[in-house]
Amino acid sequence: MDIATLQAYGFFFFTAFMVVILYSYVYHLYSSQKKGTRDYEKYGNLALNDDITDQPIEMISKDDETKK
Amino acid sequence: MENRPLEYDYTVAKLFMYNTIFVGIVGMLVGVILAWQMAFPGVNTFLGVNLAEYTNFGRLRPLHTDSVIYGFVLSGVWSSWYYIGQRVLKVSMAESKFLMFVGKAHFWIYMAASIVIVISLLFGITSSKEYSEFEWPLDAGIVIIWVLWGISIFGLIGIRREKSLYISIWYFIATFLAVAMLHIFNNAEVPTWLIAPGVGSWYHSVSMYAGTNDALVQWWFGHNAVAFVLTTPIIAMIYYFLPKESGQAVYSYKLSLLAFWGLMFVYLWAGGHHLLFSTVPDWMQTMGSVFSVVLILPSWGSAINMLLTMKGEWQQVAASPLIKFMIMASTFYMFSTLEGPIQAIKSVNALAHFTDWIVGHVHDGALGWVGFMVIAAMFHMAPRIFKREIYSKSLMGTQFWIQTLGVILYFTSMWIAGITQGMMWRAHDEFGNLAYSFIDTVAVLHPYFTIRAVGGTLYLVGMFMFAYNMYKTMTSSRVVEESELQNATPMGA
Repeated sequence: MDIATLQAYGFFFFTAFMVVILYSYVYHLYSSQKKGTRDYEKYGNLALNDDITDQPIEMISKDDETKK
Repeated sequence: MENRPLEYDYTVAKLFMYNTIFVGIVGMLVGVILAWQMAFPGVNTFLGVNLAEYTNFGRLRPLHTDSVIYGFVLSGVWSSWYYIGQRVLKVSMAESKFLMFVGKAHFWIYMAASIVIVISLLFGITSSKEYSEFEWPLDAGIVIIWVLWGISIFGLIGIRREKSLYISIWYFIATFLAVAMLHIFNNAEVPTWLIAPGVGSWYHSVSMYAGTNDALVQWWFGHNAVAFVLTTPIIAMIYYFLPKESGQAVYSYKLSLLAFWGLMFVYLWAGGHHLLFSTVPDWMQTMGSVFSVVLILPSWGSAINMLLTMKGEWQQVAASPLIKFMIMASTFYMFSTLEGPIQAIKSVNALAHFTDWIVGHVHDGALGWVGFMVIAAMFHMAPRIFKREIYSKSLMGTQFWIQTLGVILYFTSMWIAGITQGMMWRAHDEFGNLAYSFIDTVAVLHPYFTIRAVGGTLYLVGMFMFAYNMYKTMTSSRVVEESELQNATPMGA
């Protein structure tokens, strides 16, 4: 098998692998919303409540600061 | 010490906004001159035969493309970044002297480079790579500009109050990372004078790649420049400005996330469709075609998400010319992301490649999607930056319809011209002799070239109306209170 054929097969299987990853991510998004683990839709409000005096949707907590 | 409440600081956004308006007019004026040159070749010498070197099509063409893409669009993107970035991260540029310095340096170095670029292109100094014409010293300068923007993005993220990054920020980051990669790989070049002293000018360079490889890298760059200069930052803008202006949160945040990863995953592989039927390996050409068709999904994911954001609120589209601009932009985005994949199908490409249909496709995307979204962004930001209402709603509405008509004339004439051209080039008699010579097609296309020039001129007229409306908004419009600036932009009659 020459290098160009190898590249083509390599690319095909890499793509198939990435498709699996992408669909797993989609499944993860919708299942965690359904199970109530995480509400992704609240992040839509980031564009609406964007005054500097508005309460952040998720505050950077003191814990995050210390973890750094 | 004075104890003033903290406010967002739009100094840098404002600087980029001025440049967006100015370069928008200059770049599109050059485009209109080119369109008339195509229809009436005499226009090539409109400043006289002695200056023909500077006014002919070949000399002006890169000036048009580069000034519109890297002048008008990038300035609009950066103006939006320095506005949106602060707001969705809930941090002011005024809180960091360093980031303010970086932002101003970003603008002024960009301006200096722009002036040198305009001069170099006018003098015909180019590396002959489409959309990447700049010689190596300018390529190095572009790296500095880009790094400064990167410092601004990640610096602002570093001092944010809001933990989550809004989807627009994801798109800005993608723009930054992808263009950095594209610029470096496509401009890997050898300065001839430095390698072999005395050979060529000090600023001249040749590509590190040769032949088919060079073409492949060039179109991997070229198509992804469309992706990461003319698409992802514009999506970043619409994901912020449409929800904010309409007061409606994005229809599905999850859809925005998966459309983002889908776009990132697919776009980078689609560039091969520029090299169908060339010496590039066959599997790579097929890959370019297939990925281009798959690209419809993530593109429409974002566009449909925008249209659905207006669900139950369509009266706003009728009432506000600003929302009209954004909804029309989104619609043109859907349109051109369907048209592109159709052109990337091998059998269609055999007809369409090298014809004016491609030029039509570029412009329904650039004028309808990118141009309208940049204009909408400026109109949304101006009252918040200058604390004045938009000078004239009716002028904005008129501009919208004139420019929409301009875009329609542009792409419909180019459809007809392109398909006519493609059909005439391939027509042959029963012995295989070509039925037409090149000049036969030129004669047939003349009316469509004229219609295109009229369409472009209408769009330019709209740009002058835009500039006038913005100027009056900045200087003499009614002063507004902060409470009037929550969602729908305040506008005078």
